[in-house]
Amino acid sequence: MTQVTQRSPTDDLEDIRPEQWRALYRQMVTIRRFEEQVNELYTSARMPGLAHLYIGEEAVAVGVCAALRRDDYITSTHRGHGHCLAKGAAVDRMFAELLGKAPGYCRGKGGSMHIADPDVGNLGANAIVGGSAGIAAGAALSAKMRGTDQVAVCFFGEGALGQGILYEAMNMASLWQLPVVYVCENNLYNEYTPVAETTAGSMAGRPEAFGIPCAEVDGQDVRAVLRAARAAVARARRGEGPSFLLCHTYRYRGHHVGDINRTYYRTREEEERWMRERDPLSLLARWMTEQGMADAALLAQIEDEVRGEIARGLTFALEAPYPDLSEVDQHVYA
Amino acid sequence: MSMPSPAPATGAAPAPAAQGVRELTFGQAIREALAEEMRRDPRVFIMGEDVAEAGTAFKVLVGLVDEFGRDRVIDTPISEAGFSGIGVGAAMTGMRPVVDIMFGDFITLAMDQIANQAAKVHYMSGGKLKVPIVFRTTLGATRRSAAQHSQSLHAWPSHVPGLKVALPSTPYDAKGLLKTAIRDDNPVVFFEDKMMYSLKGPVPEGDYTIPFGVADIKRAGSDVTIVATSSMVHVALAASEMLAQAGILAEVVDPRTTVPLDAQTLIASARKTGRAIVVDEGYERYGVTAEIAAVIADGAFYHLDAPVKRLGAMDVPIPFSPVLEDLTVPTAEKVAAVARTLCGRV
Repeated sequence: MTQVTQRSPTDDLEDIRPEQWRALYRQMVTIRRFEEQVNELYTSARMPGLAHLYIGEEAVAVGVCAALRRDDYITSTHRGHGHCLAKGAAVDRMFAELLGKAPGYCRGKGGSMHIADPDVGNLGANAIVGGSAGIAAGAALSAKMRGTDQVAVCFFGEGALGQGILYEAMNMASLWQLPVVYVCENNLYNEYTPVAETTAGSMAGRPEAFGIPCAEVDGQDVRAVLRAARAAVARARRGEGPSFLLCHTYRYRGHHVGDINRTYYRTREEEERWMRERDPLSLLARWMTEQGMADAALLAQIEDEVRGEIARGLTFALEAPYPDLSEVDQHVYA
Repeated sequence: MSMPSPAPATGAAPAPAAQGVRELTFGQAIREALAEEMRRDPRVFIMGEDVAEAGTAFKVLVGLVDEFGRDRVIDTPISEAGFSGIGVGAAMTGMRPVVDIMFGDFITLAMDQIANQAAKVHYMSGGKLKVPIVFRTTLGATRRSAAQHSQSLHAWPSHVPGLKVALPSTPYDAKGLLKTAIRDDNPVVFFEDKMMYSLKGPVPEGDYTIPFGVADIKRAGSDVTIVATSSMVHVALAASEMLAQAGILAEVVDPRTTVPLDAQTLIASARKTGRAIVVDEGYERYGVTAEIAAVIADGAFYHLDAPVKRLGAMDVPIPFSPVLEDLTVPTAEKVAAVARTLCGRV
């Protein structure tokens, strides 16, 4: 197992009020139901292209973004719907973008893998694995040069550990003490290949080699993620430089919506065990219930509200117009 | 449907004031443009390998770190992809970086950040994000630097929508075009011929800009049009001297930017002369000469007396041995010979 240089600090999260926990739970449910609806759109051939679902990893995006301010930056990935929603994107415009419609976040020009929403600090999802490692560090450099205390979070999957630019960017982030947090979502599979077949040595040893503290985090436990993210973000905001969160999580679904038959690279038993024992929604629901913050009725109410929001958002997107054909050559140049 | 292409700016550059024009080298003109822009706009900064105290391998930036400090003239590790990406992120969030990529050959290392990130962010975000960044780099052979330090790869970024590409041929153009590049809200790849850094020419003191997409007629003529880029402009001018002695009046047209391309001026010149040669130091195959020749053939077809001729770098990796390397690039003699053939004066 990898070595941990910075264990999750003893932040007891006591300042977080019950309604805030319920809001985090609701965000995770929203991401889950959003992605389930995306899958349904794909299988019913109502969505062009394909999508990479975040189901199973919701606690990472929600826990990290809960530690951020609205004006902090994130960069996201091809599996980015969860990051975008957690940073503040609205369900209806997300669906619209996925359907290539005019009111989508990118006027339909980006689609599933390129949702950007600078109003809430989302500098964009990126379809090149590791492609935003430099961009996030650049946003952090910019914040430092402009004299703000903004922080940039770079989300990426463990597949990006195979990309050189990640190491180039981490090296400079450490040299220049940039306020950037690298969040590695280790969902155990580089597309269709187990991580052990692609990743030599220690994962945590990589940031450590650059002098970047690494916290290994249970990515299914939103409280653990939030605790680690708060420490990393606070450190960055204090001007003490970058951090690396190695979040262990699991991708319930395939690499993309069409990756149905997965038994050649992992077992059904493994999938079922994660869903049964390590589901981030169930873990938080159980904890809130134990703490007296929620009960079955409240959880059902949240579920109903989210399903209503998803249904309304989907209707909005399905009924929304496509962009005018004249837009095809707009925005090539500013 | 119109092609999505950056709109050429209209209007010629303001005439330089008669006083305050000095002789500067090409490298000094680049440095002056950077210094003036950094004084004008605190968002402008420089990053790259050995840009600070070393002032780059070509010494073009010497002295800038003394005025602007290491916070705005940032030495990086040897990580072209990484610092290009950092530049893109800084540009997306309110800064205006000038990223120095020492040799044009090294843009290959940063190509994802240039072609997949910088070029596409504005479009992919539906126009919400901008990437005002300049990638300064070099081109040009005959420095005896062999195959990985001698290429002219400006056709590569010219191929990708979302990028603008400038390649000045004189100190005057270098200063004016670089200022325009820095003020542009789009990613610009700016190619300087490393063999021209010591070339001297008149450069006005103070501020002036040269709009992108406006070609410059470096020499007027009526018998044949020679479209030439970067240092090939000087090859074309030398060829036109030879041709003048044979009674052939060549018109040398410098597009100054390949994207946006001033097709109108190139076509008008070819219509006037009836003959056109395109000279560029990039590889001839699928290169800038091919694109410009096609533009001229399309726009001036009924006025042409002969097919448009192309002269680019030979389609071989640039060899080290001087006797071999010199064979690979267009020369004034070659250009003049092609022009004589076109004009039926062999």
